Amino acid sequence: MTVPAPPIAMLAELTHRCPLSCPYCSNPLDLARKEAELPAAIWGDVFRQAADLGVLQLHLSGGEPASRRDLSEILGHAVAAGLYTNLITSGIGLTEARIAALADDGLDHVQLSLQGTDAEMADAIGGYAGGFARKMAVAGMLAAAGLPLTLNFVMHRRNMHQLPAAIEMAIALGARRIEVATVQFHGWALPNRGALMPTLEQAREAGRIVKEARARLRGVLVIDYVPADYHASYPKACMNGWGSTGLNVTPEGLVLPCHGAQEIKTLRFDNVRDRPLAEIWRDGAAFNAYRGTDWMQEPCRSCERKTIDFGGCRCQAMALTGDPAATDPVCSKSPHRARIDEMAEGFSQSEAELVHREA
Amino acid sequence: MSLEPSSVPVLPRGVRLHFDKVRDGWVLLAPEHAIRLDAIGHAILSEIDGINSLGGIAHDLAARYDAPVDKVGADCEAFVAKLVDRRILDLV
Repeated sequence: MTVPAPPIAMLAELTHRCPLSCPYCSNPLDLARKEAELPAAIWGDVFRQAADLGVLQLHLSGGEPASRRDLSEILGHAVAAGLYTNLITSGIGLTEARIAALADDGLDHVQLSLQGTDAEMADAIGGYAGGFARKMAVAGMLAAAGLPLTLNFVMHRRNMHQLPAAIEMAIALGARRIEVATVQFHGWALPNRGALMPTLEQAREAGRIVKEARARLRGVLVIDYVPADYHASYPKACMNGWGSTGLNVTPEGLVLPCHGAQEIKTLRFDNVRDRPLAEIWRDGAAFNAYRGTDWMQEPCRSCERKTIDFGGCRCQAMALTGDPAATDPVCSKSPHRARIDEMAEGFSQSEAELVHREA
Repeated sequence: MSLEPSSVPVLPRGVRLHFDKVRDGWVLLAPEHAIRLDAIGHAILSEIDGINSLGGIAHDLAARYDAPVDKVGADCEAFVAKLVDRRILDLV
């Protein structure tokens, strides 16, 4: 077996705790308890191992990372390890003093999530009254502290019409980038497909708006765009290839090839408490399960796109076909594609209510 | 973005040069990006201090590498313009 190239990015889920309860939360359904969370010192050791392994970028995420009272200590370990540090936050739990401390500690960048462009929408989606107002206050504090900002706007049928406003808001808040991501249907989002699935018209309109804004705002605002999955012709290049670029560490220390991988029940995951990170990356069963292209079936095996989209998303293949090694059914070459079209159409017309994440 | 020889580029907070010892090369770290640099890219970025202009950087590099200043200036401008468009470099 060839030795895999080292990873570039690591997502550290410091906690699954979060004051918000977004109905599309990407955390697993079985949330890690506070008592099971890795202490700061172990995170520090993991960060040093990650840097030695070749990781350059560290995303500090959750849950809400600010729910960890020792966030500043954890960040300090990451900075000492020489990693580029990116805090992915809802803003809730951050104060002026905490932000000043993070900026002083050497935090490189912040991604602030946006559930909607007004309080009515944002607080209904996030399930947290007053959240939007607090987030706007935090955005001001981040700017005052000189921290560079990316706005993360998660889109779905209910708020897609706010995309132009979200782009304007990013500029007004001084963000250099906005990530516009249409909800991916995994985990908590799966039972919410009826409440969240965009219509085909909405998905097309979003693509048009992004294209126009990118041309208009060149040199002003960078727009990263994740289109609506079920309405695409080819699947997303999940993780840029399984076990090729990035890894994810859960609050309790499990090392996953992607944040949704626990949906695949046949996989076994190593823990940073038991095994060195380099060994997990190189030899871990979960990482080798879908690494490269040897595991692929038809139509992927003979497809000219197999090193472009890597067969798509393993978790989606599992959720919708029952076989995690199948071609992502979003692919127009998948024998299951007709079902995706039916679901996209059916769910986008549904009147289902939002089901929020549990605490 | 149109650049002039008098334009002064700067690395904003959140963008920095880093020596990647695992892959034995320089990278530019920015939000969601780790850009591998060749010797020319690294030389240009190393000159950027928020004071020196594009013209000045081209002049310094041309002298140091004994290369035609017009050619170096065009390379610098193209390299910097691309990064300014992506909001990875700012102009003072």
